[in-house]
Amino acid sequence: MKQLRTGLVIPAVAVVAGIVVGCGGPATTTPGAVPPAPVVSDQVMPGMSMPAAGAVSGQDAPVAPTTVSIQNFAFSPATVTITAGTTLTWTNHDQDPHTVSAMSGAFHSPTLSTGQSYHYTFTTPGRFEYLCTIHPFMTATVVVTP
Amino acid sequence: MNTPSEAQNGPETGPAGMNRRQLLRHTAWFGAAVALTVTSGEVISHIGGTPAAAALAHDPHALRFVQLSDSHLGFTGPANTDVTGSFTHAINQVNTLGFRPDFVMHTGDLTHLSTPAQFDQAHHMLSELRTGAVFTVPGEHDSIDDHGQKYRATFGAGTSGDGWYSFDIQGVHVIALVNTLALEKLGHLGTDQLTFIRNDVAKLSSDTPIVVFSHIPLFAMYPAWGWGTDDATQALSYLRRFSSVTCLNGHVHQLFTKTEGNVTFYSATTTAYPLPHPGVGPGPIPVTLPAGQLGAALGIRDVTYQPGQHTLAIRDRRLP
Repeated sequence: MKQLRTGLVIPAVAVVAGIVVGCGGPATTTPGAVPPAPVVSDQVMPGMSMPAAGAVSGQDAPVAPTTVSIQNFAFSPATVTITAGTTLTWTNHDQDPHTVSAMSGAFHSPTLSTGQSYHYTFTTPGRFEYLCTIHPFMTATVVVTP
Repeated sequence: MNTPSEAQNGPETGPAGMNRRQLLRHTAWFGAAVALTVTSGEVISHIGGTPAAAALAHDPHALRFVQLSDSHLGFTGPANTDVTGSFTHAINQVNTLGFRPDFVMHTGDLTHLSTPAQFDQAHHMLSELRTGAVFTVPGEHDSIDDHGQKYRATFGAGTSGDGWYSFDIQGVHVIALVNTLALEKLGHLGTDQLTFIRNDVAKLSSDTPIVVFSHIPLFAMYPAWGWGTDDATQALSYLRRFSSVTCLNGHVHQLFTKTEGNVTFYSATTTAYPLPHPGVGPGPIPVTLPAGQLGAALGIRDVTYQPGQHTLAIRDRRLP
């Protein structure tokens, strides 16, 4: 297990460093939210010919991102902080279908196939935990500030 | 790190699609594995010191059944561009085993997206099996967004609760469980189903062989990817007094075996596409194998129980 993870962790750290430097260190971008996409193995690359790849590039990551990528069975960023009234967009880049479903039931996307997106406007401040109902180990959070 | 294709097709490939080093590592993680041998494209389990071939000797009183799993009808990715064709091959393989299985159990993910058309297709294809009876349990792909309603409308006749049931056949008690419905990180049985299990086995004598089917493993195969069931320990506690308990699951798309006390767990392979070995890569992402190698990663399982034997003989066969 440790041997396997070593090979993944090193490039991931390099990516984190690159983004932090490139962005000038926006305070709202947490290192844990950096997508693991650059360490994707070759076998899923065909699926990346899908639109909205810019959502995971990180090059022009806004201070308050309004897009969440679903890729490699993870939501990226895993935590998004937005102000009330903001619309978030999730796009599924995996071969597998996913959903975006609040544990409280506040929002619930239809099944998103490859390349499909889901939009939801957050009007109420609060902390929203959500998951993919098909793969419920995929969890993430939206924090809505007034 | 081995690529999935190397791991599943290299010359050192073992019965669970692992090379020897990986198998040893898995054994170290998960406990003792039963001995397995590969014979002419088949994997034969030797359980409890009884060679499977002996148990497979012709016996009109033997129970023989087949497990199919994870057919994902409707999947369209590069990992398998023709899941319908693969499932057809699997059904043909069952129909040409040389014996008529007493029943066939499909352990879930019949469909990929739980659409009515996919359920219709699954139902139609399963009806082509030459067997005494066809049973199913749902996978999480069969219960997307509707708590399994469409699944039960197609396959739920005669079941209890959210679709669980049990039956007796040839001296074996079979329990079919549903652990894909709750919004939990892991598979989940729930209080009602746990009560069902406790009451279901209460009347049985402890030497009754027990076979348990579920989609998600009832052991902790890899919890970080949801490959486990959070309240399985409670369920298995009701089965502790039985001398022989065999748990057969799908979900993980690969062969794996583990023994814990009186219980032996067998994860089945798939008829659709392989998944990575536990923890290899960022997630359980469908693996696209080199051309011509997919069939070797897919397969069916047949199981034989002879009255008087302590354990079941399990044989995993690759798709031809």
